[in-house]
Amino acid sequence: MYKILLRQDLVPNIHLFKVWAPAVAKKAQPGQFVVIRIDERGERIPLTIAGWDTEEGSVTIVFMEVGTTTHRLALLEAGNSITDFIGPLGLPTHIEKFGTVVCVAGGFAVATIVPIARAMREKGNKVISIMGARNKSLIFWEDELRSVSDQLIVTTDDGSYARQGLVTEPLKELLEGNERIDRVIAIGPSIMMKFCAQTTEPFGVKTIVSLNPIMVDGTGMCGCCRVSVGGVTKFACVDGPDFDGHQVDWDLLFARQRIYLDEEKRSFEQWQSQHDILS
Amino acid sequence: MPKLNLNREPMPRQDPKLRSKNFNEVALGYSAEQAEAEASRCILCPRHSCIDGCPVEVDIPDFIKAIGDGDMPEAVRILKSKNSLPGICGRVCPQETQCEATCSLAKKGAPIAIGRLERYVADWERANMESTNSPIIQPTPSGKRVAVVGSGPAGLTAAADLAKLGHSATIFEALHTAGGVLIYGIPEFRLPKDIVQAEVDYVTSLGVKVELDSVIGKLVTIDELLNNGYDAVFLGTGAGLPMFMGIPGENLNGIYSANEFLTRVNLMKAYQFPAYNTPVKVGKRVAVIGGGNVAMDSARCALRLGAEEVYIVYRRSEVEMPARREEVENAKEEGIQFKLLTVPKRFLGNDQNWVVGMECYEMELGEPDESGRRRPIVKEGSEFIIDVDVVIVALGTTPNPLIAQTTGGLETTKQGTVVADEETGKAAKPKVWAGGDIVTGAATVISAMGAAKLAAADIDRYLRE
Repeated sequence: MYKILLRQDLVPNIHLFKVWAPAVAKKAQPGQFVVIRIDERGERIPLTIAGWDTEEGSVTIVFMEVGTTTHRLALLEAGNSITDFIGPLGLPTHIEKFGTVVCVAGGFAVATIVPIARAMREKGNKVISIMGARNKSLIFWEDELRSVSDQLIVTTDDGSYARQGLVTEPLKELLEGNERIDRVIAIGPSIMMKFCAQTTEPFGVKTIVSLNPIMVDGTGMCGCCRVSVGGVTKFACVDGPDFDGHQVDWDLLFARQRIYLDEEKRSFEQWQSQHDILS
Repeated sequence: MPKLNLNREPMPRQDPKLRSKNFNEVALGYSAEQAEAEASRCILCPRHSCIDGCPVEVDIPDFIKAIGDGDMPEAVRILKSKNSLPGICGRVCPQETQCEATCSLAKKGAPIAIGRLERYVADWERANMESTNSPIIQPTPSGKRVAVVGSGPAGLTAAADLAKLGHSATIFEALHTAGGVLIYGIPEFRLPKDIVQAEVDYVTSLGVKVELDSVIGKLVTIDELLNNGYDAVFLGTGAGLPMFMGIPGENLNGIYSANEFLTRVNLMKAYQFPAYNTPVKVGKRVAVIGGGNVAMDSARCALRLGAEEVYIVYRRSEVEMPARREEVENAKEEGIQFKLLTVPKRFLGNDQNWVVGMECYEMELGEPDESGRRRPIVKEGSEFIIDVDVVIVALGTTPNPLIAQTTGGLETTKQGTVVADEETGKAAKPKVWAGGDIVTGAATVISAMGAAKLAAADIDRYLRE
């Protein structure tokens, strides 16, 4: 059992848990994820590691309420425990002194990008970060990302905070500008990563994305998370989750993410009605 | 010369129509009367060639005689002195190619139903004996610690034997439950999970510790284990990497590896969705590609989930199918259709990326290949389409490369298996042993157990030097 040491409600429907998992904290690296299972009946779901503290023995996860499992997770408080917390899984993000790295975070992926931006900066890269959300109420960890970046650009789709627009706009401006950009890391909803990759492709800048297909075990035994990169089938859980954004078959990823839409709806409706009865 | 009784007691089974709609055990087990009747058929021949057929050398005639004598506790003691997982082996061992094939009565067409008797003894123990929390053997602790990677048949057996020899054994399991393929692969209706748990509980009652959620190679490496207090490591990580065909359309929605399908259904209990939150696709027309036990298991699960038509699609003919005869018969009785001498060429999908059909070749059999079975040859121009909405690829598995990738000094083959001595399980890397599917590629529960017993004995020798 893995105790929740701290709970923070970052913005509506997005929560942060610090979970006691000392062995995982000791090994965690930027870009890796954990697979969690709330209880006996729960699903196994992957969540990216947003931080770790080896002294405290804790791993930080940030998640958004989407379906049954994340809604159930959001009912837990500090002091409650999660039954299973498996990791660190996936290959860590490749960190090297590239020169100037642009880190782009869409939505709640700002949590994932902070450890990566920090590691890139510690390796001697100049880090320019871009974070975007739909509106002001969904912006979080702005200070955290600023503290690990040389420059931070914040966008909101509706202009209710900072610069109005999508993250791809400042991204394009940077690529068109005078400064040479050596690498782009783009993490967020699949469609956002696709558009970031499309934006950088004409400029020939290597763009790493972190794919988020459906997973079950997370250790390479089932093939549920298979994606197509450069025409070759890969398992996102063991060959990724980082891949070259210009090589990813995005349509296949979107399609495979929809496999259980009906079941997810049915499960959530049933859970909701049971939950309403109880509360 | 006593008269030979060639009437094998049949195994009572659930009616096929009923059982194809539930996940309860198909084989119901012998009654006491049946067990005594079958046990009394054994002529207690001096050759006892049955033992030669057993990978773990169970004292078969002795435990059978104990059943006949009505001394069940003695039957339990004899059986468990060699086999720590009898409830499992009695259900899933292919006895027909092992002990029952070498039984003296085999040539008369009526070998003793050793497997069914083994199951009877194991089930009797569970129902009748007090919990086995205080093991009969209380060995002197050696002070040595062994890390066992994997809690499948090999790991459980190695850990149990090492504990009985006085060593401290800790099993590291990647999944959230122990049992390995026993828990994620073999379905509930062939191997109930409470039996697997009972056998795991027996192993832990010997003092073995089990660390779940521990992916060795990620959470901690083999070298870290050896540098942090473990005197030896046994690798029992199995063959859990699924093989795909590499044909067009294989990533369409609705196409599963058997591992994924079975893990959702068995480990995550998707057959109880949405009470259990993990879903699985229930197709109307399901095709399972393959002819082994995993293919039979997948097909029979798909049927029970509610598929209207389930096909086994296999490239050779029935006689070459590697699945247990018994499971092929069970599948046929349940209404699973066999499309033999058939191989998929490509999968057809709709504009939403869902599989809707499978284009197949007809095959014919030529000369035998390396496996000794007649080679399947494509009949050019024979393409035809089968309508399907779910496909399960059950063509076999190879070892997960994670251990090899994160462990220096381990010798591996092109197939990804770890090289280990056949008699001792010793691997090239110092202080490391290996056994089961990680060494042989996908094989059986009992062969994994046999290899684990040899390795545990060799580890014991090494630790006492």
